Amino acid sequence: MTPLLVCAAVLVLSGALAAVSGRHARLVGALGAVAGALAGIPPAFLALAGRGPEPLTLAWGLPIGAFSVGLDPLSAFFLVPILALTAAAAVYGTGYLGLRGRGSWFFYNMLTASMVLVTAARDGVLFLFAWEAMSLASYFLVTFEDDQESARQAGLTYLIASHLGTAFLLIMFALLDMGWNPPRTHAAAVFLLALAGFGAKAGFIPLHVWLPDAHPAAPSHVSAVMSGVMIKTGIYGLLRVLTLLGAPPAWWGWLLIAVGSTSGVLGVLLALAQHDLKRLLAYHSVENIGIIALGIGTGLVGTASNSPTVALLGFGGALLHVLNHALFKGLLFLAAGSVLHAAGTRDMERLGGLMKRMPWTGAAFLTGAAAICGLPPLNGFVSEFLIFLGGLTAVTQGRAVCGGVVVGSLALIGGLALACFTKAFGVVFLGGPRSERPANAEEAGPAMLLSMAVLAGACLLIGLSGPFVLRWSLGAVAQASGIPARSLESVLQDALAPLMAVSACGAGLLAAIVALAALRAWLLSGREVRQALTWDCGYAAPTSRMQYTASSFAQPIVSLFAPWLRTRERADGPDGYFPSGARFSTETPDLCREGIYEPAFHWLLKGALRMRVLQHGRVQAYVLYIALTLLVLLGWRLK
Amino acid sequence: MNLLADVLVILVVLTNLRVLGLSRLSPCIRTVAFQGALLGLLPVLAHLDDMTTRLALQAAASTVIKAAIFPWLLGRALRGTGSQREEEPFVGLTASLAAGVLFLAAAQWIGSRLPHVGQGAPGHMVPTALFTMFVGLFMIVSRRLALTQVLGYLIMENGITTFGLAFAEKQPLLVELGILLDVFMAVFVMGITLFHLNREFDHLDAARMTELRD
Repeated sequence: MTPLLVCAAVLVLSGALAAVSGRHARLVGALGAVAGALAGIPPAFLALAGRGPEPLTLAWGLPIGAFSVGLDPLSAFFLVPILALTAAAAVYGTGYLGLRGRGSWFFYNMLTASMVLVTAARDGVLFLFAWEAMSLASYFLVTFEDDQESARQAGLTYLIASHLGTAFLLIMFALLDMGWNPPRTHAAAVFLLALAGFGAKAGFIPLHVWLPDAHPAAPSHVSAVMSGVMIKTGIYGLLRVLTLLGAPPAWWGWLLIAVGSTSGVLGVLLALAQHDLKRLLAYHSVENIGIIALGIGTGLVGTASNSPTVALLGFGGALLHVLNHALFKGLLFLAAGSVLHAAGTRDMERLGGLMKRMPWTGAAFLTGAAAICGLPPLNGFVSEFLIFLGGLTAVTQGRAVCGGVVVGSLALIGGLALACFTKAFGVVFLGGPRSERPANAEEAGPAMLLSMAVLAGACLLIGLSGPFVLRWSLGAVAQASGIPARSLESVLQDALAPLMAVSACGAGLLAAIVALAALRAWLLSGREVRQALTWDCGYAAPTSRMQYTASSFAQPIVSLFAPWLRTRERADGPDGYFPSGARFSTETPDLCREGIYEPAFHWLLKGALRMRVLQHGRVQAYVLYIALTLLVLLGWRLK
Repeated sequence: MNLLADVLVILVVLTNLRVLGLSRLSPCIRTVAFQGALLGLLPVLAHLDDMTTRLALQAAASTVIKAAIFPWLLGRALRGTGSQREEEPFVGLTASLAAGVLFLAAAQWIGSRLPHVGQGAPGHMVPTALFTMFVGLFMIVSRRLALTQVLGYLIMENGITTFGLAFAEKQPLLVELGILLDVFMAVFVMGITLFHLNREFDHLDAARMTELRD
């Protein structure tokens, strides 16, 4: 356990040191993050290979709980992306923040340390401590730009949501501690509480409301970490609790499939309707969490129906998607951060034409976009393919409805995601600039490009080495599914054979792309290459305002799904024979926020305001309340 | 416990009743100071035979703080203010005295019903402690001026000390010193706050500070 504790200690100490090192804070913070990753990743790989360290219990000054930590394959599987992404994002952050936000490095490294502890904790109390530390550290990062009203509001929403989630977890741990009587109801209660508590962190619809506010508010490298790995701790918690609950009944799987398809489809639809680039990416996190839930649900159905193949494909796909989403969503947020850094806005209606000014950032965003849409030869395809395969296998094994729902919603999600990223990439990077600053944007600095290149490379590598990665994560799959690794080994070939084909096709596709690029370069060599306007449309003097806007591109699909989106349009159309001006704007509010939470909190506030008659400012009466309460308690005990 | 200690306990009860019947502030402060001195002496008299240095020092510290420093701090705050008496308390003085008698009865009743408390201590220690706490709380609730409320707080704290004396003969030194330090800091802060409140608002009427709520 020593290397992992060293990793946590390095993170904590470097965070504390960064807090006092003034203008060198970014150097100290980022070095600490990288050193922590270097210390923590090797033991995690060893643990995945089945040679993890012995669990360790240290002295602990509290009457409850224990400082008990361990590293098994499931922890290690989550630990690797956490450490890798936080290190990459920290390097990016040195360039992105520059000398701003010196105080943020402390919270950044604390966030990483608490995530490490969340995955390593083997005791409920310690876990909750780490969980709270994680929520608080990320809260301070979300409210980093606290001079902006929106950031403060987002922070408040996040704080309330994460504490409500923790409240469910407190009850859940109390139930776990109480023993097993009656076993089935008890396990079901624990499962539902875990789903609510961890789901609030992971962002299952309708518990996702904090996510689209908090991710855009945080600095971009923090958004990458929060979206890429922090919300995955919710998935980790859910899987960890599942390992404690024994054999799952089939309806747990059904419930997760329902939650997953709702989150996936609604998440991508809401993403499609956004104009804010980072908000769009945040809704895609909801979508991808939905895909992960679909995978876990499929796996649970497989476990419940004694089908190791379906379990392997479902859990394997879900776990691989955890890793893959960390990589490509991290990459996308970093690229979006470069856009924000260079162009000064996240509003897609003001961006455009950045491919010419920022080719490397554009390439990185394109890689991430292709990966998140599940296109080969990138990593998103591998994990979504496994879940597809799980659904199809379930159909052939007689679970037609379950498999059908999984395959159908995955297909719908994939198609909509493709439309959404065509919009995002096309509007931001292609065409002409829609305002002043994108026209003069500068390419991101070397630190930022390096991190993006590493993540893009990892996306491609995993996309090409799917079979290897699945075999590598077998220990974690065995632990999550509760099926012994040996029986998974026996069906592993069912998953490996198609993955081999996928890798071969991916490599072929990549070779074809390289060959075509070479052919193009060869054909163009020695010829004159001219650059012209992209959006010309046959006009003599086109302006960038003639381009498709982000809203107009998405409009056909948005109107198709209008009943679920409730997009508000404000049109102020051209009038008369010689119209002077016209305006049109759309806004897609979050349906859950407007339909569930705002009324609920409105009523809560109204009830709370009624209580204010008790608070009239007279100190004497306040003391009287206390005295009466104490007397009543005393009388109650004495009777 | 000897006769002298019994007399002291009865004196504590009487000081409580006297505070309830007073309207002028400076005699109030003096009475509370006297009560503090009584409580400082009580453990010394109770342990005349087995006196230790620790006990003596503790008694000395408690007496100095409660009988000398607090009155001085509060007297200073009082001199800075115009009001010398509690003009119209929420509960009148006669009614307060009547309430005090009721508290005494209630304290006797509760004290007789409390299980496992103060065994070995004389029978009237626990009721006296409860009575003192009730009077302190009643002072805080029924008086208008912030200064009288501080006095109520002090009386309540005296009740807690009495309770401690009855409850465990030898409580840990650290706990006792901690409580003493707490009270000292509290009164210190309150004295300063009173001074500033008076300068800011020209009165110390806590009932008129309702606009300070949010």
